[in-house]
Amino acid sequence: MTALLTPGGTHAPHHNQALGLRFSRLGRSFGSPEGKRIVLQDVSLDVRAGEILAILGTSGCGKSTLLRTAAGLDAPDSGQVLIDGDPVRGIDERCAVAFQEPRLLPWHTLRANVAIGLPRSASASTGKAKVLELLELVGLDPFAALRPREVSGGMAQRASLARALARDPGVLLLDEPFGALDALTRIRMQDLLLDIHRVRPTTVLLVTHDVDEALLLADRILVLGRGSADTQEGSSILELIAVPGVRPHDRNSADLGALRSTLLSMLGVTGR
Amino acid sequence: MRLLLSLVVPGLLLGAWQLNSVVGVFSPIQLPPPSAVLAAATELVERGELWLHVAISTQRVLIGFTLGAALGLAFGALLGLSRLADALLMTTIGALRAVPSLAWVPLLILWMKIGEDSKVTLIVIGAFFPVFTTLFLALRHVDRQLVEAGRAFGLRGVRLLTTVLLPAVVPAIFSGLRLGLAQAWLFLVAAELIASSLGLGFLLVDSSSNGRTDRIFLAIILLAVLGKTTDALLGVTERWAVRRWT
Ligand SMILES: Nc1ncnc2c1ncn2[C@@H]1O[C@H](COP(=O)(O)OP(=O)(O)OP(=O)(O)O)[C@@H](O)[C@H]1O
Ligand SMILES: [Mg+2]
Repeated sequence: MTALLTPGGTHAPHHNQALGLRFSRLGRSFGSPEGKRIVLQDVSLDVRAGEILAILGTSGCGKSTLLRTAAGLDAPDSGQVLIDGDPVRGIDERCAVAFQEPRLLPWHTLRANVAIGLPRSASASTGKAKVLELLELVGLDPFAALRPREVSGGMAQRASLARALARDPGVLLLDEPFGALDALTRIRMQDLLLDIHRVRPTTVLLVTHDVDEALLLADRILVLGRGSADTQEGSSILELIAVPGVRPHDRNSADLGALRSTLLSMLGVTGR
Repeated sequence: MRLLLSLVVPGLLLGAWQLNSVVGVFSPIQLPPPSAVLAAATELVERGELWLHVAISTQRVLIGFTLGAALGLAFGALLGLSRLADALLMTTIGALRAVPSLAWVPLLILWMKIGEDSKVTLIVIGAFFPVFTTLFLALRHVDRQLVEAGRAFGLRGVRLLTTVLLPAVVPAIFSGLRLGLAQAWLFLVAAELIASSLGLGFLLVDSSSNGRTDRIFLAIILLAVLGKTTDALLGVTERWAVRRWT
């Protein structure tokens, strides 16, 4: 077992504490030639420190936008995001993001790309060791010296996940991190996320379009969407559901089966 | 192998040229045989003039190109990175760029007389714009998502520049430099054609008024060789930089 997955491992001094996060009456709209388009409207939510929150919602409902405001990459028009009680102003060092696209630097090797995620405080030697471990954990150690264009989309996405994990953030923001993975790798990465989270708890916001993934991984599931068919309205919290039981949740249990149907119908899928 | 292949066409041209002196499609006044050009070269070398022409022209290009490229890189980076500088300066630079560069000649001569300064300045102007424009545009088109990812992981200022922006624009910098270098040679000839007493451009006008076609050919060949050589040197630097940065 590697040090990352061992409590009090070699990198413990750099580990940040899991931090609570609060969205407070968050609103965001984008101007377009046809006028203002409201994307998020009045989103208020407390995410507990160390919690894994899955965010579900139809495409374009504002999931990525919500994550971006948490990271300070995007400023809300109204309301604010608080991390550990402090408002987010500009890019926030307490967060790490795995973007919806891998966004790796094409001129760097995977190893160097993952190293970009290391926190500033990491010394050269511990940093190097940590990058190696992470590459191993996401199954990329044989490809560490390759450039992003030389690896598959799923491999690039795993490198992007490793880069975010390298930061040991107080809040980990994952935007469909397993979207490009095949079913088997996806299961391995989901397990990995839970393993790492068990050893080094951090607050995780996980955007996904996969209801089963949300049920498997999350403590709570947030469904984001419009309250009515009115397109003038922005997305808000449609539902916030606590997933019963301990992770990883058994998706075959009866409780989750009912929950699954509820979530699917909320996302507009019926009869499954 | 590549080198051999690349020499095939020049070899054929030389053959055709030599053949002309036998067949006589063009008169020796229009197209002197290669041997005449070689003789002209030997004569000028013996009189110690050829070296002076080559040296002064190369010196003008190197100084003018270095200054122009440096200014182009500086302004390209400034306007490419800072919206404020862009808003402040782009209209002015754009207007200056719109002036056909040879239009500066009368003014340069008036201000700086017919010395080295006016010629080098013209070359500076010629080298500046391609370098400036390519770098500026390249910086504007750096993948915003990559820049954002860099910033999200705490990169800013110089570190953001060296980690994300610079590697992204290295190829563009070199195409700008190579264009700028070609422009520098172009403007060298223009400057020397207009007013000079030494240099390959002068050799061209002088030979033209004396009807020395052999020397005209010599000057043209030398310009081709020098232009190609300096470009190749830049190409070597480019390969090194691409390995180093990207
Ligand atoms: N920078 C921007 N400028 C204009 N509109 C934007 C911008 N960013 C997002 N939007 C708009 O906000 C809405 C929500 O976008 P967002 O990327 O948050 O959706 P999403 O829920 O992540 O969708 P998906 O599941 O497809 O990734 C979209 O309608 C999009 O057009
Ligand atoms: Mg999205």
